[in-house]
Amino acid sequence: MTAPNEARAEHEAEAHGSRSTYWLVALVLAVITLLEVAVFYVPAIRPIIVPVLLILSAAKFVLVVAFFMHLKYDRPVLTRIFAGGLAVAAGIVLAMMLLFGAIGPGTGH
Amino acid sequence: MEHRTSFGVPHRKMAMWVFIASECMFFGSLIATYLAYEGRSLSGPTPEEILNIPLTSVSTFVLLMSSLSMVLALDAVQRDDRLWAKVWTGGVIFLGGLFLAGQVYEFTHFYHEGLTLEANLFGATFFVLTGFHGAHVTVGVVWMTTLLVMMFRGTLGPDRATDVEVAGLYWHFVDVVWIVIFTLVYLIQ
Repeated sequence: MTAPNEARAEHEAEAHGSRSTYWLVALVLAVITLLEVAVFYVPAIRPIIVPVLLILSAAKFVLVVAFFMHLKYDRPVLTRIFAGGLAVAAGIVLAMMLLFGAIGPGTGH
Repeated sequence: MEHRTSFGVPHRKMAMWVFIASECMFFGSLIATYLAYEGRSLSGPTPEEILNIPLTSVSTFVLLMSSLSMVLALDAVQRDDRLWAKVWTGGVIFLGGLFLAGQVYEFTHFYHEGLTLEANLFGATFFVLTGFHGAHVTVGVVWMTTLLVMMFRGTLGPDRATDVEVAGLYWHFVDVVWIVIFTLVYLIQ
């Protein structure tokens, strides 16, 4: 690697979020967790509890991965590696649930 | 000078991301098994009867805050702020230990309530999934403790920030896995 490339790579490696961003993300994560627990105890939300909880959980997942694991600031190749593993994992979960009849025709899900 | 791949990423950091991708598949399989067998136990205790949502909510909050402590520890190491690097790394160890204490309490309580690895399908899949997660947290706590010892010896400065970053990636991943487990196992019953 050439010297300018090395300097750029080092700069990018250090170009992470600020401390105030980290505290803000932690606050949002705490609020979302509080919302999740609140949703669990509200009977009126029962019919739509699964999609609501999945959306809230996905939001927390993305926040931690993007800001705390620095994927938002880091090289795109790292995001692709992670997304690859995640896609296989999601495929395993869906395939298993379909094979065991937990989701799909006749299950109501 | 840190050795880098052709993508400009330090080798160890790239290796950790590949490891994390493989861990996604590992935990994906365990979660898939839990979901596939969910509601198929022939005897109790069932999740509705035994899971303690308030306790687990606190544990979840504790693990999320440990991730904040981890990212602040990395920030302190990169700025060569040795005091705060130790404080935040110590925070990760304390909060990780607190999470594990909660899990030990939960497992012990479940055992006394009759939920064991052999009791039913719920017990088998629940203990394997959360047990493996707990084992990962334990490895993380040991790893963080070694980093803290290096900090006290003065051998972990900004030039070795990648050591902390790689450990941090592992710790945050363990947190991310718990985010999924908390929702799928505890909240969606």
